[in-house]
Amino acid sequence: MKDYFFQDSVGKPMDRVDGRQKVTGAAKYSAEYELPNMTHAVLVGSIIAKGRIKSMDTKKAENAPGVLAVLYHQNAPKVPGYVQAAHPSEPKPVGQPLRAFYDDKVYFNGQPVAVVVADTLERAMYAAHLVKVTYEEEKHATDFTKNVSKAFLPTAAQRNPKHPLNDYVRGKKDAYKTADIKIEQEYVIPTEVHNPMELQSIVAHWEANDKLTVYDKTQAVIGTQNAFAKDWDIPVENVKVIATFVGGAFGNGLHTWPHETAAIMAAKKVNRPVKLVLTREQMFTMVGYRPHAWQKVGMSATPDGKITAITHEAIGQTSSYEEFTESTLQQTRMMYTSPNVTTRYRILPLDVSTPIWMRGPGEATGAFALESALDEMAHVIGMDPLEFRMRNHTDRDPEKDLPWSTKYLKEAMQMGAERIGWSKRPNIPGTLKNGEWLVGYGMGVGTFGANRGRAKVRAVLHDDGTVVLQCATTDIGPGTGTAMVQIAAQNLGLAPEKIIFELGSSLYPPSPSQGGSATVASVGSAVHAACKALQQRLATLVADNDAGFKGATADKLTFDNGYLSLAATPAARVSFADVLKRQKLKEIEVTEESKPGDERTKYSMYSYSVHFAEVHVHPLTGQIKVAKIVSCADAGTIVNTKTAGNQMIGGAVGGIGMALTEGTVMDHRFGRYVTKDLAEYHVPVHADAPAIDVFFVNKPDLINNPNGTKGIGEIAIIGVAPAIANAVFNATGKRIRELPITPDKLI
Amino acid sequence: MNQFQYVQPAKSKAAIDTVTKDQTAMFIAGGTNLLDLMKRGIVTPEKLVDINKLPLKKIQKENGAVRIGALALNGETAEDKLVLEKHPLLSQALNAGASAQLRNMATVGGNMLQRTRCPYFYDTALPCNKREPGTGCGALEGYNRMHAIFGHSEKCIAVHPSDMSVALAALDATVLVSGPKGDRKIPFADFHRLPGDTPHIETNLQKGELILAVDLPENPYTKNIHYLKIRDRASYAFALISVAAALDLDGSNIRSARLAMGGVAHKPWRLTEAENFLAGKPATETTFRQAADLAMRGAKAFEHNKFKLKLGPNAIVQALKNAAGVA
Ligand SMILES: Cc1cc2nc3c(=O)[nH]c(=O)nc-3n(C[C@H](O)[C@H](O)[C@H](O)COP(=O)(O)OP(=O)(O)OC[C@H]3O[C@@H](n4cnc5c(N)ncnc54)[C@H](O)[C@@H]3O)c2cc1C
Repeated sequence: MKDYFFQDSVGKPMDRVDGRQKVTGAAKYSAEYELPNMTHAVLVGSIIAKGRIKSMDTKKAENAPGVLAVLYHQNAPKVPGYVQAAHPSEPKPVGQPLRAFYDDKVYFNGQPVAVVVADTLERAMYAAHLVKVTYEEEKHATDFTKNVSKAFLPTAAQRNPKHPLNDYVRGKKDAYKTADIKIEQEYVIPTEVHNPMELQSIVAHWEANDKLTVYDKTQAVIGTQNAFAKDWDIPVENVKVIATFVGGAFGNGLHTWPHETAAIMAAKKVNRPVKLVLTREQMFTMVGYRPHAWQKVGMSATPDGKITAITHEAIGQTSSYEEFTESTLQQTRMMYTSPNVTTRYRILPLDVSTPIWMRGPGEATGAFALESALDEMAHVIGMDPLEFRMRNHTDRDPEKDLPWSTKYLKEAMQMGAERIGWSKRPNIPGTLKNGEWLVGYGMGVGTFGANRGRAKVRAVLHDDGTVVLQCATTDIGPGTGTAMVQIAAQNLGLAPEKIIFELGSSLYPPSPSQGGSATVASVGSAVHAACKALQQRLATLVADNDAGFKGATADKLTFDNGYLSLAATPAARVSFADVLKRQKLKEIEVTEESKPGDERTKYSMYSYSVHFAEVHVHPLTGQIKVAKIVSCADAGTIVNTKTAGNQMIGGAVGGIGMALTEGTVMDHRFGRYVTKDLAEYHVPVHADAPAIDVFFVNKPDLINNPNGTKGIGEIAIIGVAPAIANAVFNATGKRIRELPITPDKLI
Repeated sequence: MNQFQYVQPAKSKAAIDTVTKDQTAMFIAGGTNLLDLMKRGIVTPEKLVDINKLPLKKIQKENGAVRIGALALNGETAEDKLVLEKHPLLSQALNAGASAQLRNMATVGGNMLQRTRCPYFYDTALPCNKREPGTGCGALEGYNRMHAIFGHSEKCIAVHPSDMSVALAALDATVLVSGPKGDRKIPFADFHRLPGDTPHIETNLQKGELILAVDLPENPYTKNIHYLKIRDRASYAFALISVAAALDLDGSNIRSARLAMGGVAHKPWRLTEAENFLAGKPATETTFRQAADLAMRGAKAFEHNKFKLKLGPNAIVQALKNAAGVA
């Protein structure tokens, strides 16, 4: 990792502030909360993909030992906020159009149709098996390929010609078709499931008739609070959401889901706290997934490596009851300098559950097609794919016609090429060997909007010189608390050990959901603002009360290691603690909000990554080994090289999964998944992950936000899968356009 | 999971008696397979007879053979000195299975008796003749990528998932069992069954019969051996195809060979014809390819597992090359 220390604390590879809690088991996840009188709930899922519930026989289950209630559409407590969704196109960023136990309709296989509550988990599990449901089946459509002709432009785009999901044409439409040198290929990715380590879980507790507390696995504390307040028609402040620790989510905690409502209903019914933890199998159907997608890329270029046209089409799967969309084609619109670009995005509703954003949402899918196509085009014109990308690099956003806030992609590419040993890459595929194994190199570029939202942070300075910061954001694994402590240390002039950052509670000032790689930019900016406000307060206190500091303002003072001083008068130096003590103040408190301004209309802002892979393929057995990955990122200031590096490594491993192992399979006769546990759905294991080297350009983007940061979480995975697929081609001469690339496809 | 009783007898006889008399009783060893099946409602024993207190853990020499107790753990067995010295092929096969955590719980007896991972068997909402005779085979016209290419029937195309058993098949193991009618020895080839019309009956073990140990006879396969497992991820995945290959070489000539495949049939698939062909031939890629082609005779694939018709012989060739040290 590059040794780049941006002044004080920011940039240091500081250990996680909660690392010890995590590795010793002291960190408490939602399923681990124990409340007096706790009960346990288990969901019963439908075994048909479409139709109606004809009858529900719950007698046996109700009579089973320890059972307190069996709830289903006919007897579940009414949810006052359940309104008929006007149309599947009314997407909700938070909240769930599928209303749990609302009526007898079945929309997908595995849909929760009943919940059993008992005094112990085992008894609830047993009784759940005893619930007998009969169905009136209707013909279902789950096969993407067979139904692909039914795909359409998302309704939101149909209604609004300015909507970004509309067809996009720059220059001439489909211009590649008439070119001399062109490619046209189709790419497919299967449905992938987030499968974080931690299962989705909730403890729901009605503290009073109109007062709800949930310990919930979520990435959206405030969103969840609002959703449940609306559902149950109670004041927002009466809903408390606690998500202090989240054991990975990758996007599946950005929604609220029916299981959460089921637990809340159950708690209402039995008038006791209810704990509900999904099974691994239920994680495949109840909390979203990366949708199956078909894509087609047409591209043309000049013999000397200038792209003349790109057409990129995508169709993504969604459910029948909700139009899920994602920005699959964004990278194609802005990454390369092609004068002609056409994109067309469609969705295909099937009788399946609704997808949800999964790490690198849309872009990871799109980049697989785009970056594979680039490799194919480079091969056709006989050019090194790195050189090909360099030649089509653009220093201005060709889509928005705006300057970039910052872009150091070229530096990242050079860095990575050097580290992987790109010069070893054979120009003719299938010609480099290591013993029996074929060796190949590939690369893929990724990008994601350098997003920033509105966030608020409270900061309290105590008279012992410590600072507590609070914000409702979560930490789903990137080390949010750690980064915020470092940003605070830097902007306060205080040692990190004196700072505590509290998160994951709706009692704290609001933040956006933790998604879209925006947390450090959003919450970090609010931390920055709160720290500056605290310094302001300190300055006023000393200026008003301390003769040595008379007339001093914050910008004249130096704040360092818990002391403030006047540069001009070295004698004027006092600790933060003493400033308070002298005024007999126990604490001072500030709450600051921070939000983006009009810089977003003047600049185009993206994070960038480039991934290089070396793979070895066995020609007889089709075994694939990723021998090395080098991931380089232009993500602004790196607050913590260790946690940021950790993000990049995790993303690379996710990309190995996407390229080589992950994908779930449905038997369309039943509309039911047949690979739905961690033995059959192959998340990569350690043995699949090689040495992964991470490098950061580490140059601040101060247009984006005062800390100069840009997001990392998504670009860590975007572009990895095509890097590996391209390396497989380079090794074998076989171009696999349908993921995952399993051994059977290479023999 | 249904409610069940639990007993932990100290004597084999008591264990055998209980399982013999009680229709719904089952032995439990490491529990790594049985508990999974119980949680999914696929098997519903009303009594579990925990055999872990029985003295069946030892690995020792017995009349020239290596005798491995039924309760020897997969992990321990793989690392055992005697096993490594006399039957390193078994050690390789064991280490190719599951994960370190599972191998530290799983027993040799339980491993042989693990059930198929066919997704239709594993989901009570789907048809499966093995789980519920008469409901049909879900895999036949369904998702059958992992399924059999040899010895299957209309009723069932599932495969036996064990890696260890593939090595045991190649090494001519004998299973020692004790039951209500006394002790007997079952040659490994006769231990597992093909599905035929009764895919729910997977072995020739009788109700109440307890596996005591397996015997591995002395053999010359201590050096030129290889267990090759091709799978969808580098570890912790079941075999698409696996091959246990053992050669006794005289310079560059093959004196005798042992070959078995996993992931291709309802039982570990011994390749006797190919073994016979190899005996006396030079250890070259050409001979290996001819043997592999012989081995694949009669293979029949389904919609999603056609690749096994090609991966199978390739894997045999590669395993033999690795065993012989031929590049
Ligand atoms: C996620 C996962 C991945 C796996 N991957 C692999 C793999 O790659 N390769 C592989 O080979 N295996 C794999 N396994 C399977 C594993 O090897 C078996 O689960 C294990 O070997 C079973 O042994 P056990 O002692 O736990 O058996 P148990 O679960 O205790 O018992 C299994 C069966 O054997 C019976 N039984 C046990 N002992 C005796 C005895 N002495 N006499 C008579 N009957 C007995 C029981 O009644 C039961 O029916 C995997 C398992 C899991 C869960």
